Amino acid sequence: MNQTYFEDVEVGSDVPTLRKDPTPQQLVKYAGASGDFYQIHYDVEYANNNGLPGIILHGALKNAFLGQLMTDYIGHHGSLKKLSCQYRGMDVPGTPVFAKGTVVKKYVENGENLVECEIWLENHEGQKTTPGYAIVSLPEKS
Amino acid sequence: MAESESVITQEMKDAIGVESKPTVYSIEKNAVMRFAQAIGDTNPIFTNEDEASKTPYKGMIAPPTFLRSMQHVSTGEDEGRIKSPYPANVDGGSEWEYFEPIRVGDTITSTTYLADVHERQGGKFGNMLIMIRETKYINQNNKTVALQRTTGISYQPQD
Repeated sequence: MNQTYFEDVEVGSDVPTLRKDPTPQQLVKYAGASGDFYQIHYDVEYANNNGLPGIILHGALKNAFLGQLMTDYIGHHGSLKKLSCQYRGMDVPGTPVFAKGTVVKKYVENGENLVECEIWLENHEGQKTTPGYAIVSLPEKS
Repeated sequence: MAESESVITQEMKDAIGVESKPTVYSIEKNAVMRFAQAIGDTNPIFTNEDEASKTPYKGMIAPPTFLRSMQHVSTGEDEGRIKSPYPANVDGGSEWEYFEPIRVGDTITSTTYLADVHERQGGKFGNMLIMIRETKYINQNNKTVALQRTTGISYQPQD
């Protein structure tokens, strides 16, 4: 697995994009793995009766995608400090979503090399459905 | 749209800041692997014990949002939990702060409290009730591993 080092990061640099292709099957797998069996994530009729156009991704699944975006980025020697997102728009299975990020701040605090990123999930039409931010600590090259 | 009456009850107001009964949860290897597979994450620290043992973690850990699963363990912890009068729910957002890795083999105890409740009328879903909850996760060494703040939105589906 790739390792990102503090020295390599600059404000404005991108976090490598993570593409996901959620399917109804993935939503069922996530329901089973997380224990969240709310029917709007796998039962179309139930979703329609709740005023939704169809089944939608679990917010927590989108949160997990953004978590992976960051754990892939920091490698095994970095650590995730904060992970935050807001579910502003719904995402549906059958079309790809893209987890993206950009570095907005880089600083040292209490001996830790911290990097703050603006992160978001984007649908295939380029709309940011799930904006958020993350703070990570990264190792230095020694 | 006419202003309707508040659905925020005295019971809800009284519940603000009151900590729930603790939920205790074992971080099991297969549950972590199944979660990683479900989200499509092949990182060996979440999926492969041998590979994970060669990393600085020296063993398998759980993906950052895995602790969310604890909310869905049925141990009667919903007892006394404040319910919205609206039947439909959507997730508004989540904010995590991490202090320690969540290791396979850990025993995590979580407690939750209602931090805030407010309502919004005439939003995307009509009238909405918004509940902010904060959850603290502590491991068997009595160390706080994570704090989570969630926004839950409930609403009355429109015909």
